[in-house]
Amino acid sequence: MADTRQIRARKGPVTYLLRAFVIAYLAVLVIWPLFEVAQQTFAPADVGDEGGVGAFWERLSDPSVTYAFNLTVTVAFWAVLINTLFGVGISLLLVRYQFPGRRILSVLVDLPMSVSPVVVGLALVLAYSTGKGWFGEALASVGFYVIGTTPGLIMATAFVSLPLVIREIVPVLEEIGADAEMAAHSLGANGWQTFRRITLPSIKWAVVYGVVLSMARSLGEFGAVKIVSPGAEFRGETATLLIQNRYTNYEEPTAYAAAFVLVLASVLALVVVSLIRKEDHS
Amino acid sequence: MSIEVRGVGKRYGDFIALDDINVSLPTGQLTALLGPSGGGKSTLLRIIAGLESTDGGSVEIEGVDATKLPPQKRNVGFVFQHYAVFKHMTVAKNVAFGLEIRKRPKAEVKAKVAELLELVHLSQFAHRLPSQLSGGQRQRLALARALAVEPSVLLLDEPFGALDAKVRKELRDWLRRLHDEVHVTTVFVTHDQEEALEVADEIVVINEGRIEQIGSPDELYDEPANDFVMGFLGAVTRLGPLRLRPHDIEVAVTPGVPGSSAGVVLRALRVGFEVRLTVDVEGQEEPVLVVLSRTHARALDLELGSRVWLSPTTGATAVPVLGVASA
Repeated sequence: MADTRQIRARKGPVTYLLRAFVIAYLAVLVIWPLFEVAQQTFAPADVGDEGGVGAFWERLSDPSVTYAFNLTVTVAFWAVLINTLFGVGISLLLVRYQFPGRRILSVLVDLPMSVSPVVVGLALVLAYSTGKGWFGEALASVGFYVIGTTPGLIMATAFVSLPLVIREIVPVLEEIGADAEMAAHSLGANGWQTFRRITLPSIKWAVVYGVVLSMARSLGEFGAVKIVSPGAEFRGETATLLIQNRYTNYEEPTAYAAAFVLVLASVLALVVVSLIRKEDHS
Repeated sequence: MSIEVRGVGKRYGDFIALDDINVSLPTGQLTALLGPSGGGKSTLLRIIAGLESTDGGSVEIEGVDATKLPPQKRNVGFVFQHYAVFKHMTVAKNVAFGLEIRKRPKAEVKAKVAELLELVHLSQFAHRLPSQLSGGQRQRLALARALAVEPSVLLLDEPFGALDAKVRKELRDWLRRLHDEVHVTTVFVTHDQEEALEVADEIVVINEGRIEQIGSPDELYDEPANDFVMGFLGAVTRLGPLRLRPHDIEVAVTPGVPGSSAGVVLRALRVGFEVRLTVDVEGQEEPVLVVLSRTHARALDLELGSRVWLSPTTGATAVPVLGVASA
């Protein structure tokens, strides 16, 4: 760390040039558009209307908007929960065990990151819809419908954000190695005791970090959800779908208000992550 | 016998790590598994601990067949080269781990931890985290942690390998004294012949997956079973038809000793108290290495180009050179 600090301490014209470039780049790409969203959120809807926090609050307390945010939070909660449990399990499997097909599994885990979410949604519809998919038919016969219901939304969201948890945990598991776990075994601890007392405390921050990232991703998921959800008011309309629907229906102020809330949630997630990073390094 | 290993073998693909190993380690002794890196000694130790499976054969610990037992059922203490301390627990918590797993009463755990920390001289660090300890202290912590569960055998995998030379030497003496106090059957792996000779009651020399020789340090040093053991336990040179240790060669500056070989000093290197000579002996292609004390060398007035006559010291350990026509 001492070395990088030394490099940073040397300030020449190039340093300032680079700084200016980075700031300009971020401004054009991120800051200015987001600022516009914030401004529109608090702007009066029409000439003569009232703007500010009051109007913003009024738009958010519309029942359909509350429904959308409730649904988004529910979906994100379950998706993150499922991803955390599976993520920790799959990470342990990938790092600690040798088995045929391990590398293929490792590649498959990354797939949701590279495949477009729309394709994910489409695939889920094909596999689970009662019309086309045989699996969906079988599930429907026992009264469990996936497509067009909340479980379907959770599934699509979990699929898309699965790698985020795993990619945080795997490097940490690799770095800490298996020695401490083996030591715990030789001291008489069984698998569960070793996991709870030795492994989990070591990967704690990686798990929290992964949870925050996949939470942020789940709140903002659009493509996959768009395909599997009926997407109508009070019927599977999540916050992102609401934004799109209102925007195309000329109800832009509500769209901006909802968008602003999502931005706030992301910023909050980033703050949490940077705080964890600091904690982790100390 | 505390540990009985019979017909144990281990392969990794084409590589034979261990080949039909048979060895019994008596109760209460300090045994060294000595050999070059990649020779299979760590694999054998891990098989005894149950951290690695064997391809065949059996491992018996204290009369119980442990071949199929998981590590947590074998009642062995294992100490890793890189300590493997639990980083998120204090020193005291680390030592208490095995006892807490066994659900011992709190008071007993506390007393035992205090006793062990006293034994490894870490009492004043009980509430620190391992990251605040030095390497030697961490290794002592790992030892205390392993001893806490009162294992029937204590296994140490290159325990001092990651430490610097001085700390290593201290810990070596300390381990010997500790063993004399605790008397638990101990097996440690090392590639350092000096460490094995100094600390162990018995040494098992392992090379290329096979046992080369088993014996006390004296037996191994004085009566090596073969060239490999002799070469691994210390420096070896060749004088005429014999292989022997460089310090077992007598140097004279005048001819006269019967059977001595004449030569010329090619190089002289002084390291601390000893002088290492490279001597070109007539009628022998490879030069002879001779080690003598600084005082002795000065008394003989040796310098580059001096003519010397070399002969084996009486009672020197020597093995005949195999398959080479003697000069």
